Amino acid sequence: MATKLKEVDVVVVGLGWTGGILGKELAEAGLKVVALERGAMRTPAKDYAVPFIRDELRYVVRHDLMQNTARDTLTIRNNPSQEALPMRRLGSFLPGEVVGGSGVHWSGHTWRWTDMEFKVRSMYEERYGKNFIPADMTIQDWGITYAELEPYYDKFEYTAAVSGKAGNIKGQIQPGGNPFEAPRAREYALPPLRTILSSELFAEAARNKGYHPFPRPTANASQAYTNPDGSVFGACQYCGHCQRFGCEANAKGSAQITVIPIAMRNPNFELRTNSWVTKVLKDSDGKRVTGVTYTNVLNGEEFEQPAGMVLLCAYAINNVHLMLLSGIGAPYDPVAQTGVIGKNYCYQTGASATLFLEGRHFNPFMSAGGSNVTVDDFNINWDFDRGPHGFVGGYNVGSGFNSPLPIGYRPVPRGTPQWGKAWKAATAKWYQTAMNINASGAVMANRYNYYDLDPTYRNAFGQPLMRMTFDYKTNEHKMGEHAAKVINEIARSMNPTHLTEAAARTQPWTVVPYQSTHNTGGTIMGTNPRDSALNKYLQSWDCHNLFVVGANVFPHNASYNPTGPVGALAYWTADAIKNRYVKSPGPLVPA
Amino acid sequence: MQDQGFGRRDFLKGAVVGGAAAATTTVALPEPAAAQQPPAAAAAEAPGSPVYSFLNLDEAAFVEALVDHMVPADELSPKGTDIGINIYIDRALAGAWGKGDRLYLQGPWKLGVPSQGYQLPLTPAQLYRTGIEATNAHCHKAYGKSFDRLSEQQREEVLLALAAGKISFDNGLPARVFWGTVYQTVMEGMFSDPIHGGNRDKAGWKLIGFPGAVAVHRENILKYRDKKFPHEPVGIADMS
Repeated sequence: MATKLKEVDVVVVGLGWTGGILGKELAEAGLKVVALERGAMRTPAKDYAVPFIRDELRYVVRHDLMQNTARDTLTIRNNPSQEALPMRRLGSFLPGEVVGGSGVHWSGHTWRWTDMEFKVRSMYEERYGKNFIPADMTIQDWGITYAELEPYYDKFEYTAAVSGKAGNIKGQIQPGGNPFEAPRAREYALPPLRTILSSELFAEAARNKGYHPFPRPTANASQAYTNPDGSVFGACQYCGHCQRFGCEANAKGSAQITVIPIAMRNPNFELRTNSWVTKVLKDSDGKRVTGVTYTNVLNGEEFEQPAGMVLLCAYAINNVHLMLLSGIGAPYDPVAQTGVIGKNYCYQTGASATLFLEGRHFNPFMSAGGSNVTVDDFNINWDFDRGPHGFVGGYNVGSGFNSPLPIGYRPVPRGTPQWGKAWKAATAKWYQTAMNINASGAVMANRYNYYDLDPTYRNAFGQPLMRMTFDYKTNEHKMGEHAAKVINEIARSMNPTHLTEAAARTQPWTVVPYQSTHNTGGTIMGTNPRDSALNKYLQSWDCHNLFVVGANVFPHNASYNPTGPVGALAYWTADAIKNRYVKSPGPLVPA
Repeated sequence: MQDQGFGRRDFLKGAVVGGAAAATTTVALPEPAAAQQPPAAAAAEAPGSPVYSFLNLDEAAFVEALVDHMVPADELSPKGTDIGINIYIDRALAGAWGKGDRLYLQGPWKLGVPSQGYQLPLTPAQLYRTGIEATNAHCHKAYGKSFDRLSEQQREEVLLALAAGKISFDNGLPARVFWGTVYQTVMEGMFSDPIHGGNRDKAGWKLIGFPGAVAVHRENILKYRDKKFPHEPVGIADMS
């Protein structure tokens, strides 16, 4: 029997970027906020300090900051005819499980998604006709515009110390930036990071091909910085240990050094760690939620926390799982094409080439999380005509190193033995002299890519695991082929000693090895309750005092990393709650 | 030095069950073995005379032979046992990871398809134990000897066949899964921080020019642009 606690105004489930932003903003607006975080408290000073944080085995291979799959995981299959089996350990994606969430261990790449995503169906239909979009591609407009989000992108970028070069300020194209980006009100919070040799060589080759390289905007402070809230950042040290690690220099934009400590100083805010939320509770009429139940994972004790408002701010996958477990909204059925919870799960695709350039010294270990250079000519460039290539969406191409540490990163040319003296010699020779060119590609929503509850497997709390059904479709294959061709042309122009060419991912998606922690969809935002779970303020169509925040609200996935719009939408939702919902609780958009 | 491990195993086995039976049946006697060895900490510092927390004598012989074959001594690095890859593997198997930490171990159990990842009802330690047994059974069948007693050429044949998925184990264990784990742990033992028992004297890092736990490259990124970073690697213990 759960112990019933005293009601609070707001319960926040999960304390990473989104929970931190909403917790801080709502506590400052005078609401009593309780945040429930499944993981433990970790702080930079005691947990991310040098030298102990520099441990590839512990943090990269053994997933020290990540979700523990012994306690809760997913089942996985490529299509509905397969039997789903549990993801028994992490691989393809890595949800975080500490205070700060996945924002502790991200690289910091921070993009502004544009109307090319938010109006995806209408823009493609207008230009190419309705038949261009395959019948099973369930893409839809998001119900929000770039212009609405612009101030919130700005706020997130300045909070997170995003370093970059503007390409378009109020419609004026800026030299050195991304000429395809949507107009921004002002420059980035900080100038771009120092480039590294591999990025420079890529940039030169891309420019010679007529493309438009620019430094990737990243929440790695290029110099010491104090954000508008007064949070202090050190300068990035290009330590090579960014992705999968907490930052010892406080240079990575993360909630645990910005919004969370500010919230925790506010008497209106209370954090309970080691608190695993098992269910969102509904009122008898089903129109409102009344709070959550959670388990103290240190002793198994169960609690009910009543609340006037519930904000799901866990990792994207876990938010959807909680909605399904709580029976809020109709579960999606791909056969009947009814229901919305679990709909439009998307991931990302890509292609990658490795270039071996004898005589170079790239020193890959000297790199920031985002010392990459990117080309967006095939991404948010609407002048790029998809018609002849037959795909929807785009991909960005870039070069740079992301935690190129030796257990995981030892490039050798194809045909090199896997062990022995020849392997050693090749490993020694090429570690310093190889670089990559990578594409990250969008994944459009598909009728048969979705989440539901698994009928067989259970988590440590006795609840059904979530089941993920996902595979790449023809659209991704075509895009991958295009991307591979572009990458290989750039790569060959650099005259590498050896080249491992890029190829489209045409095999079934696999749960190993690591690919990207950019899982989107499942509780999507939209314009009406028939085809979306949430309105444009991330408010549940079913229960108006429930908000679900994270990449789970994206109706499809772009080529860009998701944290830019995730952070912007968190601020956007905070404003909607503070300025409108609190004054007049009810649906913010008529159903 | 190179025969020490095998000799010790023969000595210990001979004392208990007699030489002939030892070829197929292992009776590990960790206590007498440990009693004859220096303390573990000292053993980890110095090459030779390793002390194991998990591996039995057959397994130790297998792992020592494996890591010395995969990482032979040459001008680029000492051999696998001399840089402690066997020690790393033993500790990893004896520790939390080996015991299945973070591994979802609830049934039902099905092999599934490769895209579904690891699906065996075994902890890494159990997988290693069973896999070594199965590999040795294969070696006995093919060559009349356990893996550690094969010639270099025969070992190479076995590993190539394992890596190419050309060996099927009689006990039903998927050989590709065993090999995947073996290969990954050998790499971890060569390239992880020396605090984990392998990469002794940062030999793996020296091989590739990786500077280790060094934290600050803000200026180096300019100073060593397209140049070799000349400093010796530094491990966590060196900075603590």
